[in-house]
Amino acid sequence: MAANSNGRKKHSVTKGKWGIIFLLPFAVAFLAFQLYPLAYTIYNSFFENYRDGLTQVGPNWVGLKNYKEAIFEADLLKYAGNTMIMWVIGFIPQILVSLLLASWFANNRLRIRGASFFKTIIYMPNLIMASAFSMLFFALFSKVGPVNGLLQSLHIIDKPFVFLENIAATRILIGFMNFMMWFGNTTILLMAGIMGIDTALFEAAEVDGAKPGQVFRQITLPILRPILLYVALTSMIGGIQMFDVPQILSGGTGGPSDHTTTLIMKLNNHLYSKNYGMGGALSVLLLVITSILSLIVFKFMVKKED
Amino acid sequence: MAKKKIHTYDEKGIDKSMSIHARRVVAHVVLVFISIMCLFWFYMLFVNCTRPSAQVTSGFHALPGNYFMKNWKSLMNAGNIDVWQGLLNSLFVAFSTCILSVYFSTLTAYAIHAYNFPGKKAIYTFILAIMMIPTQVTALGFVKLCRDMGYENNYIPLIVPSIAAPVTFFYLKQYMDSTLSLSLIEASRIDGSSEFRTFNRIALPLMKPAIAVQMIFGFVGNWNNYFTPALLIDEPEKKTLPLLIATLRGSDWQSFDMGKVYMLIAFSIFPVIIVYLIFSRYIVAGVALGGVKE
Amino acid sequence: MKRLVKLMSLALVLTMIVGMVSACGSKKDDNVAEGKLIVIRCWNDEFAKRMRDHLPDYKVKNKDNALEGGTYKGYTIKFIQVDNKDNAYQNALDEALGKQSSKKGNELLDMFLSEADYAAKYVQADATADVKGVVGLTDADLANQYQYTKDAVTDDKGVLKGVSWQACPGGLIYNREIAKAVLGSDDPAEVQKAVADWDTFTATAQKMKEAGYAMLSGYDDTYRVFSNNVTTKWVVDGKINVDANIMKWVEQTKEFTEKGYNQGSTLWAAEWEKGFYKDGGVFCYFGPAWLIDFCMKCDQAGSVGIDGGWGITEGPMGFFWGGTWMHAATGTDNADIVKEIMLAMTCNETILKDIVTKDNDFANHKPAMEAMVNSDYSSKILGGMNPLGIYCNGASKIKLDCITTYDQGCNEKFQAAMHDYFNGNFATYEEAYAKFEKDIYEIYPALKPKN
Repeated sequence: MAANSNGRKKHSVTKGKWGIIFLLPFAVAFLAFQLYPLAYTIYNSFFENYRDGLTQVGPNWVGLKNYKEAIFEADLLKYAGNTMIMWVIGFIPQILVSLLLASWFANNRLRIRGASFFKTIIYMPNLIMASAFSMLFFALFSKVGPVNGLLQSLHIIDKPFVFLENIAATRILIGFMNFMMWFGNTTILLMAGIMGIDTALFEAAEVDGAKPGQVFRQITLPILRPILLYVALTSMIGGIQMFDVPQILSGGTGGPSDHTTTLIMKLNNHLYSKNYGMGGALSVLLLVITSILSLIVFKFMVKKED
Repeated sequence: MAKKKIHTYDEKGIDKSMSIHARRVVAHVVLVFISIMCLFWFYMLFVNCTRPSAQVTSGFHALPGNYFMKNWKSLMNAGNIDVWQGLLNSLFVAFSTCILSVYFSTLTAYAIHAYNFPGKKAIYTFILAIMMIPTQVTALGFVKLCRDMGYENNYIPLIVPSIAAPVTFFYLKQYMDSTLSLSLIEASRIDGSSEFRTFNRIALPLMKPAIAVQMIFGFVGNWNNYFTPALLIDEPEKKTLPLLIATLRGSDWQSFDMGKVYMLIAFSIFPVIIVYLIFSRYIVAGVALGGVKE
Repeated sequence: MKRLVKLMSLALVLTMIVGMVSACGSKKDDNVAEGKLIVIRCWNDEFAKRMRDHLPDYKVKNKDNALEGGTYKGYTIKFIQVDNKDNAYQNALDEALGKQSSKKGNELLDMFLSEADYAAKYVQADATADVKGVVGLTDADLANQYQYTKDAVTDDKGVLKGVSWQACPGGLIYNREIAKAVLGSDDPAEVQKAVADWDTFTATAQKMKEAGYAMLSGYDDTYRVFSNNVTTKWVVDGKINVDANIMKWVEQTKEFTEKGYNQGSTLWAAEWEKGFYKDGGVFCYFGPAWLIDFCMKCDQAGSVGIDGGWGITEGPMGFFWGGTWMHAATGTDNADIVKEIMLAMTCNETILKDIVTKDNDFANHKPAMEAMVNSDYSSKILGGMNPLGIYCNGASKIKLDCITTYDQGCNEKFQAAMHDYFNGNFATYEEAYAKFEKDIYEIYPALKPKN
């Protein structure tokens, strides 16, 4: 908004006017549908404001009390840790596999047969909604499910292994599900990015005797940097917002023993009693965490460009 | 056209054929493995559609059963939900949302990319900052706003807010940074094209692969969205498919039927696969196009 | 590019058409004369179907979709259905009840339904009307209903705020073959001796274990039996309180799990249902009629029920599971019609008997049910026995005087936290309890100690 008023003062930038006009639809939609709810959230974080059954309690001004509780009593760090661990378990294979696939598809010398078929297939798990996906996973990995049946008939284990009662196994399953659902998405993004690379560059590099690894590091990666930044940032934001998969897979409990509870699952608990106060405080803290992490990614990725 | 190029590479590459052969084999094996992993879920969904409820809940069967028609009929005759109406509703919401968000995000990205005006950097940073706000964070305020404006059971709050889609904006901006050269725009201006026309005729077509990508993501994301519609829609004839799935899963114990639930899930996924396959051609073609660009 | 443009414009046109179609579809809302509309909120079509199938004078609009409503004695019935998922039903209902005072005429909510788990939340609220004082049902009308179905919806001041057409007393459902093999008889009276109280129940569990069977399927099977028989409330003086009976469940289940008396499953999971089949090796389940008829897969080949392989007996304690209550919303402009519907659906003997024979429900009418105990009604699944005597006995034994508005959350979160104690992810009860307490403070901030 401040920028708009500045813009009006400077008549010298004639074309710049159009930039502001083109920004207007976004600005209006944002102001109407996002800024108000956000302001409402922040405002409420300073109040005690919830429902007790059908009875409304508050709003009563409590200052920073909600924040104090969220940070010191609600084990915020633990849940941030859970979220981080499960995100990393999914993200590392996701980015590696995506980079590998994208560079294979981009490499004409590999002459991938049916490349367009493969390119089409890898995104498809993302078409299944998370809740349906979780139902399928549940059935596969249950105590009487086919995975246990297979492991037993191969004599790898002699008693059924309860995946969802084991902390590491549950976290890995959640990470794996996120990986399954999102690696195709990332690959598509990277492929679209690779499109911008001039093939003559690869050709020249091959003629000069560059090894595949060198080509990848010195040509592919630098050109992909803007898209990689996008992938890293959005994946991280998506990771911090992780909710559906652990919620459904753990039946809403964050089990085993609270080891898969994510930050948004905590937020969801507060929404149960319409606790606008604690919910608001947690939201603001989430926003702060996300911003700090994003800033780090930004600094890290943009640095080399200059 | 891209094919000719590939052949010339090969002739040059023969001397290192051992390593390239090995890599080729590895690549194909890995790709086949990954494809099976991706398609397995669809197979599992399909098998569950063809089995009666009790078999679905007691575990996964490797082969399809003979309950497909029965499940289909019970879905079509399910009194409490109208799946065809749900399909139309979902199509309407998902298409309008993804078109609005992609068009206006491109416009917004173009505004930042192609023009200079005071406060541009600040606005850009600001949009990036709001990208990080989780939907759940603003949900309470959003619902209150919609109720105050009388927008319950209305598609406006599902569709119009997508004009401001920071994540889509960010992607298109990044893409513009790496591909859209300002000299093209400058050339068009010299030709006397108006700014709006330049955007529609020059910039938009150049963004095709990126737009196709975001169309797919937008469509799929909105097609599968349960969270926002669940907050605002409760009239049966306005419900979208994810809401109908929830209705079926919440039905009472006498009419609870997992075979039917899986049939509806498959019914919901089918259109999105079609839409995806149509748009995916542009992604694949886009990458091939990159191959001939000199 | 042209194709993409074409495709996008095609999509846009399609979108417009669909939009117009759906816009037209939505404008059909009620041209009902003021004061002639009955609005009922529900989460599924169970009640709508009951009205369709059993209420005389009710004309349903669409036979295949009971939720489209209908007409009753010149009034239009409209259902608003919201799914139970993620608490959505309660959220929408709370919102509607909160706005009730600012609405009038046909916008007013007249009736709503609740489930056993959270009925108390609405019973304690002023938004729910007194069934006797406001709606006008009399003690005589309600005399034949089971006491517990009234206790469940009576508020702290003793005001009755809901009625139900069903009762859901449960029993101990046992596998006859295993009973014969281990206990020597599958006669309900003989089996009852082996499960008459919790000590003999545990002793029998040991016998089952020695014979290679599991007494129970999992952790949650006996929870309701204990929690229905508590003597203190979940919340006492604003603080969380775990009843001695609930603690017994914790101790028993921990012991059973460690000794292998159960199969370590959780409710509704695939492995919980293993015992429904012949090689499942589970001796017994606890449940009401609907569990047997609709959940135990008795129409499946290989299931215990298909050959009538189950028996039922009372078990160590009486309990109930589930049930739906009808409430009138405060401010309804049609209390007289609400009264007629309630009267017909919950007090009319003919209609209630009809519900039993057609829908296999256990209806909320004591004399009618007791009359059927000695009838030739029998259950094939239960090997041809008539279970109504067991249910009647159970239903009259249930006492419900320790209800709070926090029960749903407390029961759910407590069981969830204890699962991790039973399976060893929490080393001690204290750790599990701490998790439970934290969860409760989150969903019920009112219970949090003020400091």
